[in-house]
Amino acid sequence: MGTYILIRFFLIIPTIFILVTLVFFLMRVIGDPITAAQGGRLPPEALAQRIHDAGYDRPILVQYLEYVGQVATGNFGTTITDRRPVVEMIITFGTATLELAINALIVALLVGIPLGLIAAYRRDKAPDAFLRFFAILCYATPVFFAGLLMKLAFSVWLGWLPVAGRASTRTELAMGSLAAPTGIYWLDALRSGNMAAFGDVAAHSVLPALTLGLLTAGVFLRLVRTNVIGTLGKDYVEAGRSRGVSNYRLVTKHAYKPALIPIITVMGLQIALLLGGAVLTESTFEWKGLGYQLVQYLNARDFVAVQGIVVMLAVIVAVTNFIVDVVAALIDPRVRY
Amino acid sequence: MNATKVSGRKQPLIYRLPVISHFRSSVGLQRGMLVTGMVLAALFLLVAVFAPWIAPYGFAQLSDAAGPFPTQQPPSPAHIWGTTVGGYDVYSRVLWGAQTAAVVIIVAVAMSIFLGVALGLVSGYFGGWLDRTLVVIADAIYAFPSLLLAIVMSIVISHGQSSFWGGIVACSISISVVFVPQYFRVIRAETIRLKAEPYVESAKVVGASSIRIMGRHIFKNATRTLPLIFTLNASEAILTLAGLGFLGFGIEPTSAAEWGYDLNKAIADASSGIWWTGVYPGTAIVLTVLGLTLVGESINDLNDPRLRGRKKAVAGKGGPDSTAGTQAAPEAEAEVRLP
Repeated sequence: MGTYILIRFFLIIPTIFILVTLVFFLMRVIGDPITAAQGGRLPPEALAQRIHDAGYDRPILVQYLEYVGQVATGNFGTTITDRRPVVEMIITFGTATLELAINALIVALLVGIPLGLIAAYRRDKAPDAFLRFFAILCYATPVFFAGLLMKLAFSVWLGWLPVAGRASTRTELAMGSLAAPTGIYWLDALRSGNMAAFGDVAAHSVLPALTLGLLTAGVFLRLVRTNVIGTLGKDYVEAGRSRGVSNYRLVTKHAYKPALIPIITVMGLQIALLLGGAVLTESTFEWKGLGYQLVQYLNARDFVAVQGIVVMLAVIVAVTNFIVDVVAALIDPRVRY
Repeated sequence: MNATKVSGRKQPLIYRLPVISHFRSSVGLQRGMLVTGMVLAALFLLVAVFAPWIAPYGFAQLSDAAGPFPTQQPPSPAHIWGTTVGGYDVYSRVLWGAQTAAVVIIVAVAMSIFLGVALGLVSGYFGGWLDRTLVVIADAIYAFPSLLLAIVMSIVISHGQSSFWGGIVACSISISVVFVPQYFRVIRAETIRLKAEPYVESAKVVGASSIRIMGRHIFKNATRTLPLIFTLNASEAILTLAGLGFLGFGIEPTSAAEWGYDLNKAIADASSGIWWTGVYPGTAIVLTVLGLTLVGESINDLNDPRLRGRKKAVAGKGGPDSTAGTQAAPEAEAEVRLP
C-alpha cells in the first residue's frame, strides 16, 4: 500500500509539469506579459524599462527554467494589473470557489445518488425513462442558461432569493472584520454565531449551488444507475434474491456498496467538469471566486495572474485525482499495484 | 447497394450506415430516444442551412425600412421573439446562431478527428518513447478543465475576438485541442489491440508497408466507434462554443450570431425581468445538445448488447430481415420489456 501511494504520488509531477510547460509557452506566444497588459498605455521607454526590470527580455528558455523553479518553490509571481502576490490572490478567491464547489457537490450527491438508485430499481420502467431523460437534460443545459432560468424564476418572478453575489454588503463587511476568517462564509457565520449572516449567506448560495450541482447530478445519476444495474446482475445478489431478500433491500444494501467504488473514481474526474462549470457559474451569479477573477484578469490581459490561476487549477485537479485513487485503493485491494 | 451482389450475407449498404442500422436494431423506448434525437438534430441542420432564407432580418441588422429597431422590446408581430439590449432581433439571431454552431462543430470535430486518429494510429502502432510521451501529454490535457484550455487557446489564437471565419477557426482550434486527446486515446487503444490480430501479422509477412497496414487494415477497424464519439463530441463542442461566447472569448456579435454571447448579454436583462433575450437562445442550445446527445446515447446503447433493449424472442417475430443471415442476428432480438 505504501509503495502504491508513493508511486501514484510521483505520477502527479509529470502531469503538473506538462501543464505548466504548455501554459507557459502558450501564454508567451502572444508576447511578454507587460506589453500585453500595459501596451499603449505606457510610453515605449517606460514599457521597455519595465520589461527589462521584470526580466522578460531574456531568452525564453531562461525565463521558462526560472518560472519552473519558482513554481516548484510555491512562488507564482505578482499580478501585473493590481500588483498582488498571485498566491495570496489565489487563496482569497479560491476559498469562495471552494465554498461553491462544496455546496454544489452536496446538491449533486443528494440529487444524483437517490435518483440513480430509483432509476436502477425501476429499470426500463417509466421512472427510469424519465430519470434518464432528466440526466441528459442536466448535461444538455449550459450552466449559465440554467442559472438564468433560476434567476428569472426564483429571484425576479417569485422574489424569494437574491439575484447575484455571495452575500449582501452588510454580511460581506461583517465577514471581513472577523478575527481569523476561513473565507468560507457559512462556516465563518456559524463560528461567530451570527445567524442573520448565516441566513443571508445560505439564501445567496442556493441558486449557484443548484445550478452547478445539477450539472454534476446528471453525471452521478447515470453512474449510480449503470453501476447498480451491473452489481444487481452479480451472483451474490442472485443468491440473496433466492433467499427471499426484498428487491428494495437488495438495491440499498447489497448492490449499492460495491457500486460505489467506480463512482468515487469518476467523482475525481468530475472535479475538472466542476471547476469548468464553476467558472461559468461564478460569472453568471457574480460569485467572486477564482473563475470570476480569472475572466477579469483575462479581460485585463494580465497573463501572470492567468498563468498562476491555471497552474493552480492544474495542481488541484492532479491532487484530487491522486486522493481519489488512494481512496479507491483503500476500499478495493484489487486496484493496488 | 453493390454489396448485396458481392456476398449474400451482407445487407445493402444503406442498412449498414451507422444511424440507419441503429434505427433498425432499436425497439421501444430506445427507438423513441433515437427518433427524438434524430428529429432535433435534423431540425438543427435544416435551420443552419436555411437560416439566410428563414430569418426575417440579418444577424447584425439594427434597422429596416421602418427605421431603427427598438431595444429590449417584448415579443411583437414585427419581432416575434423581441429585441435585445443592442437592438438585435432575437428570432433572427437564434436562427443564424444555428449556422455558426453547425460550422464550428464541423470544423472542430473534423480537425480533431484527423489529428486524433493520425496520432492515435502512429502512437499505438509504433509504440516506444513517442507513444509514452504522447500518452502522458494526452492524459495531462484530458484531466484539465476543458473550458479553461479552450479559453487559453482562444486568447492565444485570436486575442479574444475576431471576424467570422477568423473567429470560427479560433473557436474550432480551441475546441479541438480539448477533443484530440479523446480521439487519440480511443484510437490508440484499438490500434494496440488490432496490432496483435492475425491479419495484421499476415500483412506484415506479405511485406505491406507500415503506412499501408495502418491506413488500410487498422484504420478501418479502429474507427468503428467514431460515429458515437462524433455525436457526443458535437454536443460538447456546442457547449464549449457557448461557454466561450458567454465568457466573451468567442466570435464578435457583428461577425456572426452566437448563442453564448447573446446569453451573456441576457444575464443582465434577467435581473430586470426581461426573459425573451435569454430564454430563446438558451432553449436553442438545450434542444440542439439534447438532440445530438440522444442520438449518441442511443448509438452507444445499441452498440452494447448488454444495454440494448431486447427480451422475449417471440416466435414468428424474428425480425423482418431474418433472411439476412448472421449480420441480422442482433436485430432478431425484438421486443423490449416496457410498459
